[in-house]
Amino acid sequence: MELNNIEKLLERYFDATATVAEEEMLREYFTKEEVPLHLKKYAPMFQYFSIAKEEKFTRQVPLKPRKKSYMKWISVAAVGILIFGIYFGRSYQEQREAEYAYQETKKALSLLAANLGKGTEKVAYLREFEETKQKIYNKN
Amino acid sequence: MVLPFKDKLYRLAKRLLVSKEEAEDATQEILMKLWSKNSMMEGYNNVEAYAMMMTKNFCLDRLKSKQAGNLKLVHSNYRDENVSLQNQVEVSDSLGWVERIMEELPEQQKMVLQLRDVEQYEFEEIAELLGLSATAVRVTLSRARKTVREKLVQKHNYGIK
Repeated sequence: MELNNIEKLLERYFDATATVAEEEMLREYFTKEEVPLHLKKYAPMFQYFSIAKEEKFTRQVPLKPRKKSYMKWISVAAVGILIFGIYFGRSYQEQREAEYAYQETKKALSLLAANLGKGTEKVAYLREFEETKQKIYNKN
Repeated sequence: MVLPFKDKLYRLAKRLLVSKEEAEDATQEILMKLWSKNSMMEGYNNVEAYAMMMTKNFCLDRLKSKQAGNLKLVHSNYRDENVSLQNQVEVSDSLGWVERIMEELPEQQKMVLQLRDVEQYEFEEIAELLGLSATAVRVTLSRARKTVREKLVQKHNYGIK
């Protein structure tokens, strides 16, 4: 490339009025061709820029936040079910206890009723006695 | 999701934060954020510009918080960098100089130089990314390039070569 041209381009480069394509030309010129002595001081700049572009991001990024959010929702659901379970389990327990108490009461009451029946039988005898006694009284 | 521009994000982060580890952390953070916003992403017509903007903001915040804590970002990658650069091309450490000169530039100039000379963005794109006018970008860029040139010439004149 013409030296004259390069010098002009350089001037525009430092005034930041060159286009991207023109700057690319400069970069190529300084990385490939043999540069005259008075322009050599610019070479490291352009060479550095070309090399700086080669740098790569090498770290592996563990991109698994999706899974994490699933786990979060699963745990939320688990806690929900647990609370639900405890609540209903308890009411079921209560229901069973109530049933048991009811049965026990029923048993006790029937026992009472049976004994009361016996009592009334005896009272029935007593009445018989009373009646006969009354009859005897009446006769006299 | 493989982002074709993740290297660009990393390079921008490294330019601003200098430290390799910090830059890697920052890039990872940005990628995670992008990943979690994956579903909303369709709304943005230019994901790359959006990601670059995020990276820029993230790194500047990072720098600010470090400065507020009166801490300096430590980086131990000077030597590594030089070695790898030398391996890539057989030149003296004058390329390392350019890198160090760029480290000394103000953030704005660093970013403009990175975006234009390394990534070859158009002025309009840079302007939008940095929230500047195109003219301001031109001025900043010109200033940055001239500073690099000046310091490079200075180093040259001090000898070694």
